[in-house]
Amino acid sequence: MSKKVSVFRREHFNAAHRLFNPDWDDAKNTKVFGKCALPNYHGHNYELEVKLTGKPDKKTGYVMDLKELSDLIKREVHSRFDHKNLNLDTVEFRNLNPTAENIAIVIYDLLRPHIDEDLDLKIRLYETERNFVEYPA
Amino acid sequence: MVYLTRSEHFNAAHKLYNPAWSYEKNEATFGVCANENWHGHNYELLVTIKGDPDPDTGFIYDVKKFSALIKDQVIEKLDHRNLNLDVDFMKNKMCSTENLAIAIWEQLLPHLPVGVQLHCIKLYETPRIYVEYFGR
Repeated sequence: MSKKVSVFRREHFNAAHRLFNPDWDDAKNTKVFGKCALPNYHGHNYELEVKLTGKPDKKTGYVMDLKELSDLIKREVHSRFDHKNLNLDTVEFRNLNPTAENIAIVIYDLLRPHIDEDLDLKIRLYETERNFVEYPA
Repeated sequence: MVYLTRSEHFNAAHKLYNPAWSYEKNEATFGVCANENWHGHNYELLVTIKGDPDPDTGFIYDVKKFSALIKDQVIEKLDHRNLNLDVDFMKNKMCSTENLAIAIWEQLLPHLPVGVQLHCIKLYETPRIYVEYFGR
């Protein structure tokens, strides 16, 4: 048995966004995205779960120090997205529709370089209590 | 007297920004909440009414009608909207959770049936921050 353990850290950020495709007209955006395409933005309290899987370090007993993981998430994710308008204020979503799916992929790509390559990384992002995504699937 | 609560939710953008102040004063007072391009929340709204159960139905107020009232008078106007720009009953008001709770109370009060009293508006801005308003 490999004795791999998964550790989780939850963080949150509050952000505004809207969903639309700039190549489509208003009617098509409304048909596809409904209220999420309304032009003056709406918002969410996003809840983020970062899952790391690996063998506990022999010296520390940690898969990763969760305080370090928390600091990493705050530095790479929270500082970019919290209390921001994802469409207007972020480089990551300048040309990318800020769906929960795309946000999860972006968060993965922001964190992956800073995490030990021996650890598996998975992102779960709650846009609301009832709608959440996971990446990689 | 029995209390009945209905829970609804809406997702909205807002900012805390006093147009009579400078940008610096707004940032000093409201911090990140003053971001000029707005930010957002999943708001959870709990509306509590009180009354005595009707002897024929056992209801204070039919919850399907209660839910429809909240949806028509509040949720439809707030969900997926920008509270600063899109909501007529928040015009010229600071869009704090406190003011929003008061405004929601004022939206619902005229539409409650006789014998049903509005008791409390409880509004969560985040799971960790909420306000309660019990009327004047």
